[in-house]
Amino acid sequence: MLIYLLRRLGFLGLTVVVTSLLVFLIAQVLPGDVCRVILGREAGEARIAECRADLHLDDPAPVRYLRWLADFARGDWGESYATGFEIRPLVLDRLRMSLMLAGLTFVVAVPLAVALGMLAAVNRGKWLDTVISLGSLAVVGLPEFVTGILLIELVAFRVPWLPASSSLPVGAPFRAALPALVLPALTATLVLLAYIARLTRAGVVEELKQNYVRTAELKGLPRLTVLVKHVLRNALLPTITVVAISAGWLVSGLVVIENVFNYPGLGRLLVFAIDRRDLPALQAIVMLTVVAFALANLAADLLYAALNPRIRVG
Amino acid sequence: MTPDSNPPILELRDLTVSYRTGGRGSDALRGVSLAVERGQTYGLVGESGSGKSTLALAVMRYLGGEGAVARGEIRFDGRDLLALSPADLRRIWGREMALVPQDPFTALNPAMRIGEQLAEGLRLRFGLNPAEARAAALDALRSVRLPDAERAADSYPHQLSGGQQQRVLIALALSGRPKLLVLDEPTTALDVTTEAAVLDLVRDLTRAAGASALYVTHNLGVVAGRTERVAVLYASELVEDAPTADLFRQPLHPYTRGLLDSVPRLGQRKDERRLTGIDGSIPPPGDLPPGCVFEPRCPLAVDRCRAERPALDEPLPGRRVRCHRWPEILSGEVSARRELPPALPSATESGEPLLRLEDVTVRYPLRRTAAETLRREPKKAVRAVSGVSLSLKQGRTLGIVGESGSGKTSLARAIVGLVQRSDGDIHLMEVELPPRLSQRGRALLAQLQMVFQNPEEALNPYLTVGESLSRPLVNLLGVSRAEARQRAGDLLEAVRLPRTYAARLPAQLSGGEKQRVAIARAFAANPALLLADEPVSSLDVSVQANILNLLTDLQREHAAATLFISHDIAVVAYLADEVAVMYLGQLMETGPAAALFEPPYHPYTEALLSAIPAPDPTVRQAAIRLAGELPSAVDVPSGCPFHTRCPRALGAVCETQTPPWQTAPGGKRIFCHIPVEELAAQQLPVVVFGGEGE
Amino acid sequence: MLRPYWRIVIQAQLTENSIIPTAGQRFLRFARRLFADFPTALGTSIMLLFVLAAVFGPLLAPYGFNQSIYEHPRQPPDSSHWFGTDHLARDVFSRVLVGARSVLLLAGGGTLVAVALGTLVGLASGYAGGWLDELLMRLFDSLLALPALLLALLLLGTLRAAYGESVSAVSKGLGVFLVLAVVYTPIVARVVRSVVLAVKTRSYVEAARLQGESLGWILFREILPAALPALAVEAALRFSYAIFLTSSLGYLGVGVQPPNPDWGLMVNEGRRNVSQVPWAMWFPAAAISLVVVGANLMADGLKRALREE
Repeated sequence: MLIYLLRRLGFLGLTVVVTSLLVFLIAQVLPGDVCRVILGREAGEARIAECRADLHLDDPAPVRYLRWLADFARGDWGESYATGFEIRPLVLDRLRMSLMLAGLTFVVAVPLAVALGMLAAVNRGKWLDTVISLGSLAVVGLPEFVTGILLIELVAFRVPWLPASSSLPVGAPFRAALPALVLPALTATLVLLAYIARLTRAGVVEELKQNYVRTAELKGLPRLTVLVKHVLRNALLPTITVVAISAGWLVSGLVVIENVFNYPGLGRLLVFAIDRRDLPALQAIVMLTVVAFALANLAADLLYAALNPRIRVG
Repeated sequence: MTPDSNPPILELRDLTVSYRTGGRGSDALRGVSLAVERGQTYGLVGESGSGKSTLALAVMRYLGGEGAVARGEIRFDGRDLLALSPADLRRIWGREMALVPQDPFTALNPAMRIGEQLAEGLRLRFGLNPAEARAAALDALRSVRLPDAERAADSYPHQLSGGQQQRVLIALALSGRPKLLVLDEPTTALDVTTEAAVLDLVRDLTRAAGASALYVTHNLGVVAGRTERVAVLYASELVEDAPTADLFRQPLHPYTRGLLDSVPRLGQRKDERRLTGIDGSIPPPGDLPPGCVFEPRCPLAVDRCRAERPALDEPLPGRRVRCHRWPEILSGEVSARRELPPALPSATESGEPLLRLEDVTVRYPLRRTAAETLRREPKKAVRAVSGVSLSLKQGRTLGIVGESGSGKTSLARAIVGLVQRSDGDIHLMEVELPPRLSQRGRALLAQLQMVFQNPEEALNPYLTVGESLSRPLVNLLGVSRAEARQRAGDLLEAVRLPRTYAARLPAQLSGGEKQRVAIARAFAANPALLLADEPVSSLDVSVQANILNLLTDLQREHAAATLFISHDIAVVAYLADEVAVMYLGQLMETGPAAALFEPPYHPYTEALLSAIPAPDPTVRQAAIRLAGELPSAVDVPSGCPFHTRCPRALGAVCETQTPPWQTAPGGKRIFCHIPVEELAAQQLPVVVFGGEGE
Repeated sequence: MLRPYWRIVIQAQLTENSIIPTAGQRFLRFARRLFADFPTALGTSIMLLFVLAAVFGPLLAPYGFNQSIYEHPRQPPDSSHWFGTDHLARDVFSRVLVGARSVLLLAGGGTLVAVALGTLVGLASGYAGGWLDELLMRLFDSLLALPALLLALLLLGTLRAAYGESVSAVSKGLGVFLVLAVVYTPIVARVVRSVVLAVKTRSYVEAARLQGESLGWILFREILPAALPALAVEAALRFSYAIFLTSSLGYLGVGVQPPNPDWGLMVNEGRRNVSQVPWAMWFPAAAISLVVVGANLMADGLKRALREE
């Protein structure tokens, strides 16, 4: 178990290195001269040279990468080109908003989706399964922005206390933000729900075919005991993996959803940063998201290990 | 013995089970009737596709979603099983009837401790409290002779070996003290020595509990020594049903006769009496012939068999057979027994060896974990083969016998170059074989070919048979493509398949046919040495014999030597000229096959021989059972690798010192500390043949 | 009706001469699977229609995609403008039809690149094994941690920041290609590799090695065919995700620029004028959903067929 933990931690480190390298290549190497980008095309040679010295742009790329990574790790994420403010507090505030939305979505979507998936699997081939499967297929086909707009058109204009636009003050506490959170979270839930439910159903169907289920039934155990005590536990294992993967799905989805609803999260900030050509903000946001996502995956791995005796003991 | 007032524990009347697949129904069982008396052990024999597993599940009334009883009756302990509600069934399951399933690896819940898997049923059935249930679970584990019941109870399934898992399943089935135990191929996944121990256990426990048992198996040897009655299933139908001794002595159905003649009796050799086998293959359940189901393969079929389905007659009291021609068979007018000329004797032992192995060792290095690297522990390795020296002369057959984990397959793969040997020399016709396949030229490749175990994956499913056969001709012999196509047809004829098969894809062939093509492909480049790795063990019994005969004949025609690898000591004794016995990567004994059954033996060989499931109830075997589990090939025991399980171990000398190779009478060589004379004095023949002589 | 006809033709061709399966027949067998049951046939039909629209869209479109029909501004759907006209009086039906091509080129092309690369890498890595395989797989695992949209936004955002709006559509398209390749290649490679690992120890591959077959033959004739079904499933799935990605980029205004008839972009533009021309938003949105559902149905059908084998 300890070895497993160490291995997962090592892998987390590798993930951060590989993805950061990619981010560095795109954001620092691809643009050519970053100072040109900051200062604009008309800037004089002297100012460019000064800027290049400031940012150590003349150092070899590996050195620049290491310095950049160290800065990021220390929390020194630079200043926004567009506003001149320090990036970190801004980004962290927005991260909190995004996490609020993601958390709400997860708390609602995951148990519901797992329950629906299991329900469909246990009633395989019956009408309940058909309804759940068709419903989830329909939702899977809808991109987040379509679902979001549909909800705004169908719900927000009819239910007065649900705002169509979720533009909140950035520091808003959860309780105050809740009404504005409902529709974005619902959009994300729908997408996630369909995805997780489909995969959970497949996992449970597979599990129900296993021989140990027959052994359990032929002990004379009640059907419910067989399902809950034997099948559920084993079916949870693949489900955890599914949920971990869907976290990545959620990251992409939230970027779109936040923009549909004007919700002041990291995704909204990301598109702002692109609009304002704010490179430092852009890379800080992407790096932060990648790290957060990798941590979520680590958590899933650990949960998986805790539930799986093959990893936990010998 | 059974009073009439006491109904049989299990009675099937005209049972028909249908499966619906893709809208079409097909019968997996057709009109099967049989009765298991109280306290009786009943064997049910059938090949794959016979419907035997369906029968096992139908008896439990646990057919999957697609299967259903279409007609007939199942009476259990006087009750109509089909009329019971699901709740009633659950009261019977585990309590009155229990199933021991086929594959122990998947039949236990991987995420639950063994103790709880036993205890949950005990709490439910007997209303025990957790402490009592735990104690009862431990008792159950002790009753199946698990050495450390406490530890087993606290283990997860993956921490136990296959044999231990199967014992747990038996404990589970018996813990409810059922009246009927249904065993569905309970030992098929196990090694011979483990199988023998598990079968003994089941026999002792059911006898002690007075329970009845229904043994479902494909293995005639399993039912021969352990059941009172045997029923034979073929293509969804029950074709014969008789007391065990009668069935083996005088089978009345041509299929039963064919089955018995398909497996070698102990001591039977190819140059004395050939196996005959049954031509063709079992029809699929959806496409049964209109008359007798066995008619297309039957050597005695007449017009009536094609037109009319025979009834299940009772020619003698207690015997039933479904055949139109039983009166003639019973009176001896006709016989389904086929005679083939015995194989010609192998080339004599002269000349230089074709193949010579010296101290061949195969190690698979294991990766060190991070912690081990830090502690600078030496790299570990699985020692699959250690220091094997052998030689084989042209035209002769060397059989290598061993259980799984003995290293026999690794040895073969090292010879052909599919794995690299770590040490030692291999010479073929006095030319040293490079360890890597890529270092061997085409001429060398052509001399060494292999037939693999599983026919289902022997052929590329996306190439036609003709393409598969012409590749080695083009690659190894440099034949033109056009000529290769022509010669592919010849090769098909050589393995008794029609030339038109060249255009077929493997999916259109039966398992036996695929293996024939694989054999044709191996012989295509006219190799000097053929390695056959368990070439028949995935095939049905009735098909095996023909494949073995084919191998024998082709080997003779090509004057090729054969290295024949098998876990089945009876088949090796039948086919090989010389035999080598392997255990944990090392040779234990070598010698002429004819002397295999004569003492003195290596103690491991002795145990192997005593564990053979002999398809003959008249054979008497000593019951020598090995204790403990096969040690890990990573930490091979010091001294003699067999000392941890050897019933004759001497003590310290076996544990510390490598045994000497001793020469014994009859040309045997034995790797053991016990002097040959002493072995000879202590050992009686393990197998005593009775009834029909050789 | 398309489906029954197809089935009859294919059935007839297969039974006539089933002993010698030519390349054409193998294709037919594959094609029959795509129409095996109603959902799969529906998915395949949608995809066929979509590909037809992408290829012939500009020829079939009644109007130019950027042609304003000033006589019919903001017209609801009717017989002359099936999908109505948008706020700039452009025919929405023509725009959707023409836009199919850019979706197919970006999403389909990107998927194709990823599938081709992933297949090569998966084959090589799985067959070679050893440290190379280990290294590649760890690398791929960590790339799986990259949400595709995020990477695309970073790349396109950087391009825009560095080179301004002058960044040509081609280089943006290349950017999307690159992102899809980086993000999907590992996924495809993993699928192929897992098949390779299962197949390379099969007897027929080992027999081929013993018979001196070349590496190329072993990889592409012995191993690859076994991976094709799983690859087809994966390609269909990846394609549906790629459509999600490209249309999301369009919706966020980061991908192509107006007046390009990109479906995501059309939804974005339509939403700004949703109170006046809701149809200008709903039809492209429906088109995206239809194609994604079609690709998913097809993938499901292929998966089922794969399992039955």
